[in-house]
Amino acid sequence: MSDVRPRIRLPRSAKAGDVVEVKTLISHNMETGQRRDGSGNVIPRQIINRFTCEYAGKMVVDMEMHPAISANPYVEFDVKVEESAEFVFTWYDDDGSVYSETQAFEVG
Amino acid sequence: MLTRRDTMALGLGVAAVAMVPGVASASAIEDAISAFTGGAAVTDGGVTINAPEIAENGNTVPIEVEAAGAVSIMMLAAGNPTPGVATFNFGEGAGTSRAATRIRLGGTQDVIAIARLADGSFARGAVEVKVTIGGCGG
Repeated sequence: MSDVRPRIRLPRSAKAGDVVEVKTLISHNMETGQRRDGSGNVIPRQIINRFTCEYAGKMVVDMEMHPAISANPYVEFDVKVEESAEFVFTWYDDDGSVYSETQAFEVG
Repeated sequence: MLTRRDTMALGLGVAAVAMVPGVASASAIEDAISAFTGGAAVTDGGVTINAPEIAENGNTVPIEVEAAGAVSIMMLAAGNPTPGVATFNFGEGAGTSRAATRIRLGGTQDVIAIARLADGSFARGAVEVKVTIGGCGG
């Protein structure tokens, strides 16, 4: 898919040891494999089947997704930030594509 | 052989073929749970599911799960064609054992969450979500 675009929302600031809320969304149809086209043929499944977030090299959440996840999958979770470091977000598509987004985060 | 649905589709034309029927069987749900727990006992309670009581649009229903001390939470939709929704595995960087997402529900049904706790035990929670317009891929 060419129109896949990740979006991340992080808090503006945090202190060492804080638990911060992270919101992520990626534009993707999440074709379930349950639908049929106008001629009655099943539209093949194509979804994001896995999402991961790492912070400072540590796994935060590793999520397995099924077709029941809505289009443009949204995931929200909490991260404990001990130091300034990088977030790495990765989405895995059924077609083998891997979408990745990296964001630096300042802990002051 | 023509099923009733085929007949309906022919009668109504091509636009009517969007939905695939079916609700996950009780055994499919049991299978998904035992694949996650390895057959271990599951205790009721200790898992919080926040969901709207009534969801107007089944295509995107906000759901939040939380289970204190959970290393992993599996979410199932008992009334969808297949029960699997998502499994959250919390790593050492996680701040809580909480996550939220948006899911598709084909109709009014129970959303079930099974949590694997750090001590290896399992806990279960469930809520019913009433769906006005189903998100059955349509």
